[in-house]
Amino acid sequence: MRNWFEKAGFDPRFSSLVIALAVIWVLLAIATDGIFLSPRNLYNLSIQTCVTAIMACGMVFIIVARQIDLSVGSQVAATGMVIAAMQVMWLGAETPGAWLLSIVGGILAGVAIGLFQGWWTAYREVPAFVVTLAGYLMWRGAAFLAADGQTLAPLSVTYQRLGGGVHGSIGTTWSWVAGVVACTVVVIGAFELRRSRRKYAAAMAPAWADAVKVAITCAAILAFVAVVCAYPDPSANIEGAPEGTVPPGKGIAVPVLILLAVAAVLHTVAQRTRFGRYVFAYGGNPEAALLSGLPTKRVLLMLFALMGALAAIAAVITTSRLNSGTHSIGQMAELYVIAATVIGGTSLAGGSGTIPGAIVGALLIQSLDNGMVLMDVSSPKRQIFIGLILIGAVWFDVVYNRRQGK
Amino acid sequence: MSGEALVDVQSLSKHFGGIHAVENASCDLYPGEVVGLLGHNGAGKSTLIKVLSGVYPPDGGKILVHGREHRFHTPREARAAGIETIHQTLALAENLDAPSNLFLGRELLTPWRTLDSDRMEHEARQVIKRLNPNFTQLRKPVRAMSGGQRQTVAIARALYFNARILIMDEPCAALGPAETRMVLDTILRLKEEGIGIFLISHDMTDVFEVCDRVTVMKNGQVVDTVKVADVTQDDVLGMIILGQKPKPKVH
Repeated sequence: MRNWFEKAGFDPRFSSLVIALAVIWVLLAIATDGIFLSPRNLYNLSIQTCVTAIMACGMVFIIVARQIDLSVGSQVAATGMVIAAMQVMWLGAETPGAWLLSIVGGILAGVAIGLFQGWWTAYREVPAFVVTLAGYLMWRGAAFLAADGQTLAPLSVTYQRLGGGVHGSIGTTWSWVAGVVACTVVVIGAFELRRSRRKYAAAMAPAWADAVKVAITCAAILAFVAVVCAYPDPSANIEGAPEGTVPPGKGIAVPVLILLAVAAVLHTVAQRTRFGRYVFAYGGNPEAALLSGLPTKRVLLMLFALMGALAAIAAVITTSRLNSGTHSIGQMAELYVIAATVIGGTSLAGGSGTIPGAIVGALLIQSLDNGMVLMDVSSPKRQIFIGLILIGAVWFDVVYNRRQGK
Repeated sequence: MSGEALVDVQSLSKHFGGIHAVENASCDLYPGEVVGLLGHNGAGKSTLIKVLSGVYPPDGGKILVHGREHRFHTPREARAAGIETIHQTLALAENLDAPSNLFLGRELLTPWRTLDSDRMEHEARQVIKRLNPNFTQLRKPVRAMSGGQRQTVAIARALYFNARILIMDEPCAALGPAETRMVLDTILRLKEEGIGIFLISHDMTDVFEVCDRVTVMKNGQVVDTVKVADVTQDDVLGMIILGQKPKPKVH
């Protein structure tokens, strides 16, 4: 069993994560009389996952390189306030293009925050734990000062679509188009990989194994599209239609598309670029990276800048869902993000971790949170439970690494 | 010894605070020659080669490579000048596979500026096959490899880029007899190809087998450089332990 599993090139860690997620979903469905698996709840779950998952993608790089960023929640607040202030106080929310400019401003603010933290960590060698713990305080304080603690609202109507709320999805037709395109990309990617391997007569996984992998991935994509299309759009205008008309489905939410774009880019960066290779090499052996002449300081600097940009993207989704900017958003986000990353198989010892793992990790932790809300578990009890899950995930990492003989 | 020196180190110094790790050290290396760098732990050998390989900038003295003066600020600059170093720790990223380590910092790229992993694996296979034909499982992490296989990866990394100057810091320290043999044979073959090698070693038998000259260091200073053919192992031990120059042989 184990043998053919490995020969087929299935990552045991990622596979066990997916199986764990499936078990949790079944249990939550039973505990909530099926409400958990209703299209409406799964649509909401997909949106709830995005904010955590987008930042977890960046946290993978940070933790792989043996760093930590405890300030991501405060970064969300600070960059969110930059975005809201630009729209409400400066440009005017409905000025054409203002929302787009505010997003650029927010991302630049995030990059600036990241460069500040990265500079202290890489070039002044203050441990990232301390720098980002200070950032945890500072960026939250900056978010408060941005508007004297006031809530800034309302934001641009167009901008609100980015949060996945009213008109925040792309409808059934485009969802199916996106689903089919995604499946095509997966299939072509698999063929391309095999073609390149064959060119150099390099060893590769058996064809049936790749076929199974492609089939599972495509089935998951199409199942997701089917679910979000089955959720009737509550905001659809069906007045005047005959009694009993079913409104059109919501389709894929915009934040999910943002997440998928971020994940695709960062997965490519991790696997196929020098920057990604250097991050992993540094995490595996910082001394070797230095002796091999890698620009380790610059890599660390860019790493934190990337994290800041992702926190700003998370802030876009959060503020547009709330239709306002307030200094209290993103609280405890750092815990959920780090937990999602670690549950997703990124080792705190550095050197290993994957983007898909982090996304499934985020989905897992949000599923538990969402399911417990449906079961009427109070917020303090949920916090205790999520905390225990985090300890359990790290313990799993320790045991797994010991088995691997690290 | 004929022609121009590959490396000519003149009066090199390196201090750490008040500690003179290397003081006024000079040595040189010619094509097709193996020079042993000997001395106690803390004699300054490792510091000397770290200056040569660009890890530490020197505090004084000159490094001439092919007759041109160089001042290395990073390992990258030393590599660009044709000096490859195999560190005692091997400097391998344990979590990456052999091709990734072989090309670390000098990755082959596709026209789209992305990593050309398959070509790197192909090239790695070629160079590693020459060194160690039994070593074929390149795609597992270095962590899971034997000492000899790791050493092969480290040597392959130095050779792939056509280095003319090779620095090997205790390449056999962690190896078994068969693997030590493999490394020594590799050294002898590289020598025939005209590559110059600085070899740090504590094993006198190995040193006397492959080295042409030895440079002995003690307390950060060079005691002397002698031809291996002119001295006995006891002479060299005397240089290492007592810092005494060997008495000229009576013919």
